[in-house]
Amino acid sequence: MVLEIYLDLFSQPCRSVYIFAKKNNIQFDHKRIVLFDGEQYNEEYGRINVLRKLPAIRDGDFCLAESVAILMYLAEKFHSPDHWYPADLQKHARVNEYLSWQHSAIRMYAAKILWLKLLIPKAMEVEVPKDKMDSAIEYLNGALQQFEEKFLQDRPFIVGDQISLADLVAVVEIIQPLGAGLDVFENRPKLRAWKDRVREAVGAELFDEAHQDILSCQEIVETMDRNKFDTMKPKIVKYFLS
Amino acid sequence: MPLQLYLDLHSQPCRAVFIFAKITTIPFEYKSVDLSAGEQFGEEFGTVSILRKVPVLKDGDFILTESIAILQYLAAKHRTPDHWYPADLVKRARVNEYLSWQHTGLRAHGSRVFWFRGVLPVVTGTPVPKEKMDSALEDLNMSLKTFEEKFLQDRPFIIGEKISLADLVAIVETMQPVSTGLDVFEGRPTLSAWRDRVKKEIGSEVFDEAHKVVMNVDVLPQTFEKKGIPEFLKLRIMKMFN
Repeated sequence: MVLEIYLDLFSQPCRSVYIFAKKNNIQFDHKRIVLFDGEQYNEEYGRINVLRKLPAIRDGDFCLAESVAILMYLAEKFHSPDHWYPADLQKHARVNEYLSWQHSAIRMYAAKILWLKLLIPKAMEVEVPKDKMDSAIEYLNGALQQFEEKFLQDRPFIVGDQISLADLVAVVEIIQPLGAGLDVFENRPKLRAWKDRVREAVGAELFDEAHQDILSCQEIVETMDRNKFDTMKPKIVKYFLS
Repeated sequence: MPLQLYLDLHSQPCRAVFIFAKITTIPFEYKSVDLSAGEQFGEEFGTVSILRKVPVLKDGDFILTESIAILQYLAAKHRTPDHWYPADLVKRARVNEYLSWQHTGLRAHGSRVFWFRGVLPVVTGTPVPKEKMDSALEDLNMSLKTFEEKFLQDRPFIIGEKISLADLVAIVETMQPVSTGLDVFEGRPTLSAWRDRVKKEIGSEVFDEAHKVVMNVDVLPQTFEKKGIPEFLKLRIMKMFN
């Protein structure tokens, strides 16, 4: 039985897993779960991942959630080139360091922008107070500054001369605010140069394919059925606006 | 030069690293960082880590942040017994899955309850509004439910018969709200039984030593009164939860 990967490419962690699998020629059955339609709450998907989140994989009997765990599993199982997750103790630690830090930093703040700037006001038609938006942008700016000053510095990639899982996980998160029309690369030449290097290392075609949905998010929301978000609205409002 | 670990045992991730180094008998120099005095924002600590967080590992010239990365590094470098971070692909993936989920799961919610019950009222002089507190408690309860139903189930430890890094990281987070007088184990026999097993594996001496300061967090008001909370720290804390 072929590996199954459950994905929605609007989701940042889904993009990193998708790009990694494709780039490394890992054979898989792409199982589409549409988050905006609430498909993660289907009974069938509940048997794959009881956490009701994406991405997830099913490899034979083995189901695994959490993109960071999935990437590490795939890198090891399919013997991907060393630079993705180096065997060298210190380089390995540097990848782990980034993958750990990003959960409550870049990932958290960049994800919030899409919701506060686009999905909540436009798709859910709920007003977002200015101070919430300003605060979110401030936190994102802080995280991006730390990214440049601590994780990137003057290196081409996070761990050194070659792309690793850290860069992949970073780039998909940093691109997310662009889906709401916030260009995080404006006035950040170093960040932009790094992003371009990552895109080239992954392959422009694959990179662009993976990001097609998120980059057309604003147009998609224009024509979206407003009722789609009715069920999740209270939870989302509580989480982001309280 | 021996390994240096920069720690404040009020911090959950510091306790996980402390306990792991102690029970696997990795020699280290304990470098104290006083979070309640804002020492992490000082000039000296800034030369160790600009992320201004603990724990930090210093191994010769190599400086590493993020407890997850530190634990993984120590396990690899010191060749600790396999069960801590198994070489087996599937078992290791299960540990990674927990270590990834917990950042925004149990860690986030347990921390928030700790801040709301134990720290914010002392800093601001007023209790946290009931709605906010109830919401935080609800989130913690959901995380504990997920922990029991997905990560523990009917297994003795998270990944099976033996304790791993996952259990270590989980136990220190469950203890955080407990330190404010909220007994999360009450009414949760599965969780309590797991706690007992983990404590037995760690050894009550090391467990108690690691948890001594945080279990005295009700003397925080006196500590702040005696030392005074630096104004900048007060503002930071208040901003965090606005």
